[in-house]
Amino acid sequence: MSVNCDIAFTLNGVKRELSVPAGMSALEMLRERLGLTGTKYGCGEGECGACTILVDGATVNSCLMFAADCDGRDLVTVEGVVVREAGERLRDAFVACGAVQCGFCTPGLIVQASHMIERDHAGDEAAIRRGIEGNLCRCTGYRKIIEAIAAAADVTTQGAEHGRS
Amino acid sequence: MADIKRYAAPTTLEEASEMLRAGNVTVLAGGTDLMPQTRAGRLQFQPVLMNVRRVPELGGIDDQGTMVRIGALVTITELLESQLVRERLNLLWQACNHFASDQIRNAATVGGNVCNASPAGDTLVPLLALNACAVLAAKPNGALQLRRVPLNGFFLGPGRSCRVPAELLTAIEVPLPPAGFKGEFYKHGTRPGLDIAAIAIALGARRDGAVLRDVRVAFGAVAPTPVRAPRTEAAIEGRPVDAAMLETAACTALEEVHPISDVRASDWYRRELIHNMIKRVLMHVGQL
Repeated sequence: MSVNCDIAFTLNGVKRELSVPAGMSALEMLRERLGLTGTKYGCGEGECGACTILVDGATVNSCLMFAADCDGRDLVTVEGVVVREAGERLRDAFVACGAVQCGFCTPGLIVQASHMIERDHAGDEAAIRRGIEGNLCRCTGYRKIIEAIAAAADVTTQGAEHGRS
Repeated sequence: MADIKRYAAPTTLEEASEMLRAGNVTVLAGGTDLMPQTRAGRLQFQPVLMNVRRVPELGGIDDQGTMVRIGALVTITELLESQLVRERLNLLWQACNHFASDQIRNAATVGGNVCNASPAGDTLVPLLALNACAVLAAKPNGALQLRRVPLNGFFLGPGRSCRVPAELLTAIEVPLPPAGFKGEFYKHGTRPGLDIAAIAIALGARRDGAVLRDVRVAFGAVAPTPVRAPRTEAAIEGRPVDAAMLETAACTALEEVHPISDVRASDWYRRELIHNMIKRVLMHVGQL
């Protein structure tokens, strides 16, 4: 087993201290050591985006991040995103638009979309499509997800039938 | 997976170089290549895992007059958001715009892309075309020494470069191209996001009346390393962009590439792509 390293970081606004194996991923740390199972393990190689979290305000694939590298950084998971304003709007819009089927990709999409909205990177449908390139959904065909993000961002999409706008 | 016996996160270049000199080190930056490669068993951890992300000397995009210094830790997102890169190193900017996904661009570093030395590495193709140079630091006998290696010559094969284990890539230096230099980066994949290039082309030139000058061409994913294409450049240099020149350039390019067949494309298809797409890229550059 790899050597342990002691790390200290902020997780969803709360300071945490932990000892983690050097080879552990941030995703394993979140799910298996801290019990935050909202962040999903999909592909394990950065293709699917189900494990998306915010680190120092930018989204990353937590499966590709070493837990040891969380030292001194500010982590926000889907559990922390949905209590923010953009996260709440996204959650409501995903429900209203029927953007959830099996739900496995949803946490990653909510985190990525909240990042896009907060950074003003969801200004139109093209920007939304571009922003979620790193998030795979195997159920919905993306249409309703795009509509939900557009609704939460107050953007009109072509042929939008759902949402609040 | 091999055991990691020690984890270190040095905070100065001196400290990091000292650790590298002691040996048996795996260097961690963004982690987007290291993690999947070690998990899949394609790469074994050395006993020491050294995270260089906290070394300030490795950051920053600096305009140094005749060239731009890009710190090894600069992320693809930082390159995309840099006005300097967008305006003066636009070929590189275009490649960053085709790079993976937002999540990976936020973590992946240009230094990692270079050291990973993939034949299909997205930033390597424009960096080669831009005459970029790798800056390597080592501390062989107590004093920090820098060595500069032109990127054209840096790559030795898939995953292999002339960086020796005791060296750390600190920056990429990119000379500013001549005024009026414009270019196009083209990457062929099956989908726009998160794809590894089947082929990539970076072509830059300066228009002088009807003809192109200062022509630079680089290809990705058509040889064991990303490559410059000097004969293709010569076939384009000083000539107007007309049908005859396009055909000569395309045929010359075919002589310069040596693609293999793999999961992404057959060698035949890669050659077809090079032959046809260099014409399209050339036509675009001729109109810029």
